[in-house]
Amino acid sequence: MTGTLLVGLYVFVLAMFIGFEVITKVPPTLHTPLMSGSNAISGISIVGALVIAGASNSPLMKWIGLAAVIMATINVVGGFLVTDRMLQMFHSRAEGEE
Amino acid sequence: MQSSLIIQLSYLVSAVLFILGLKRLSSPATARGGNMLAALGMLVAVAATLLDESILDFTWIIGGIVVGGLVGLIMARTVKMTDMPQMVAVFNGFGGGASALVAAAEYFRSTGGMPTDAAVAIMAGTIIGTATFSGSLIAFGKLQGIVTEKAVKYPLQRSTSFLIFMGMLALAVYLGMNLPDGQLFLGMVGIALVLGVLIVIPIGGADMPVVVALLNSYSGLAASAAGFVLNNNALIIAGALVGASGLILTNIMCRAMNRSLGNVMFGAFGAGAVSAGAGGPGGERVANEIDPEDAAMLMGYAQSVLIVPGYGLAVAQAQHKARELGDLLGKRGVQVKYVIHPVAGRMPGHMNVLLAEANVPYDQLYEPDDVNGDMENADVAIIIGANDVVNPAARDDPNSLIAGMPIIEVDRAKRTIVLKRSLNVGFAGIDNPLFYLQNNSMLFGDAAKSLSDLVEEVKAL
Repeated sequence: MTGTLLVGLYVFVLAMFIGFEVITKVPPTLHTPLMSGSNAISGISIVGALVIAGASNSPLMKWIGLAAVIMATINVVGGFLVTDRMLQMFHSRAEGEE
Repeated sequence: MQSSLIIQLSYLVSAVLFILGLKRLSSPATARGGNMLAALGMLVAVAATLLDESILDFTWIIGGIVVGGLVGLIMARTVKMTDMPQMVAVFNGFGGGASALVAAAEYFRSTGGMPTDAAVAIMAGTIIGTATFSGSLIAFGKLQGIVTEKAVKYPLQRSTSFLIFMGMLALAVYLGMNLPDGQLFLGMVGIALVLGVLIVIPIGGADMPVVVALLNSYSGLAASAAGFVLNNNALIIAGALVGASGLILTNIMCRAMNRSLGNVMFGAFGAGAVSAGAGGPGGERVANEIDPEDAAMLMGYAQSVLIVPGYGLAVAQAQHKARELGDLLGKRGVQVKYVIHPVAGRMPGHMNVLLAEANVPYDQLYEPDDVNGDMENADVAIIIGANDVVNPAARDDPNSLIAGMPIIEVDRAKRTIVLKRSLNVGFAGIDNPLFYLQNNSMLFGDAAKSLSDLVEEVKAL
């Protein structure tokens, strides 16, 4: 096992723990926005997609990169926007009376 | 060197922003800002990546972002709130697909043999991402009604899937240990696609919330795997966060149905397997009926009213009418609480979003545990389009198919009114003894129509 892999594993396990801690505190009312929002975060693979689409010269890689960028962007843009659309509908009683 | 340091530090910033953003989701008051923080984190990550010196040509990048951005924008703007589960399923699929492509590209890029750890990461990322992609599309199809909602069963289902899975693993190991072979690799991708389909088709429509949550988790794990492929901690962290989130939601949904994940995945509930517990002593039981006028009287002069919505409410597009009724009662000084069971909608928290869309304030939304303890003091509970989640058999009848499932115990309230078309069984195909209790009354008819009548009658009080 190489050092980088080991560091990656550390990061992965610790991030899982943070995820469990943070997400258990999300109330059931917000579980749908949590899903769509965290879903948008999983579109982070756009980072890898961008490099593939921009760095390689072979046509095959370009097509793979393009497809990955499109899918990841739909995931990211759509995910964050729809989450925002949902969250702006949530208001408390006090806000509703204004 | 300089730019790569900036890129790495920017990734750290985005990881922190993701965590802070998720933290703010702990309250509806701060959630919107939290989502924006997470989006900002993504923007930082993308901007930093574009500094990468190995990127020579931006045409394909710009093209991809413009196309993907437009599609995402249009989908996010136009989707109906009732269709949110399908939408999340599709986005899940795209996230998984993107991660799989990133891992696969790394495979095609390598020329000689690769180190074991890189091979493991590439195979894992490709397989998880691909299966998430095809599984999510099937989940979308089921939720949208394109693919049958019923659980698809065939002989030796589990063994078949297991054998295919083992075959795929063997192929992955072979590929990882030998020189790159594009065709065999594509074969493995094909098997992963099939496997994703096989995982989701045996699951019935009522269990889709669990599956969507599980696929959500997989899409995170796929991103993490892609992170291991690229040695990129931002991907590893973001993927782990999403993986954890999906696992927690999966667990919550399973507990809300009192079923294990294995039972959901392989039990093929809702395939028409109604046996023990169903039926009961039929025949001579009589359910009380009530008309809208009397029901309005009961509610209008009550001190506290619980509104228990189920998915039937959303199907009847009656959320706004329910809120109107709740508001009218509130103006008369009645304490109104909306009680939402975790499986009331088609995904975790779905019913809450549907009610929020109908302008119900979030501080009027309650969980079953919040009201069950004080149920005796509830004057009237009105159940709209919900059935199994208020079925006392889950608590009382150990032989019931839903025995042990946590319910909203409205049968202990002083009066209950059930809005329903008929006395037919619910999603799980189980008879509901609540309908025949002495203190229950049925208000038969379409939920939207009945609610309109109730609103008029309460106004006339």
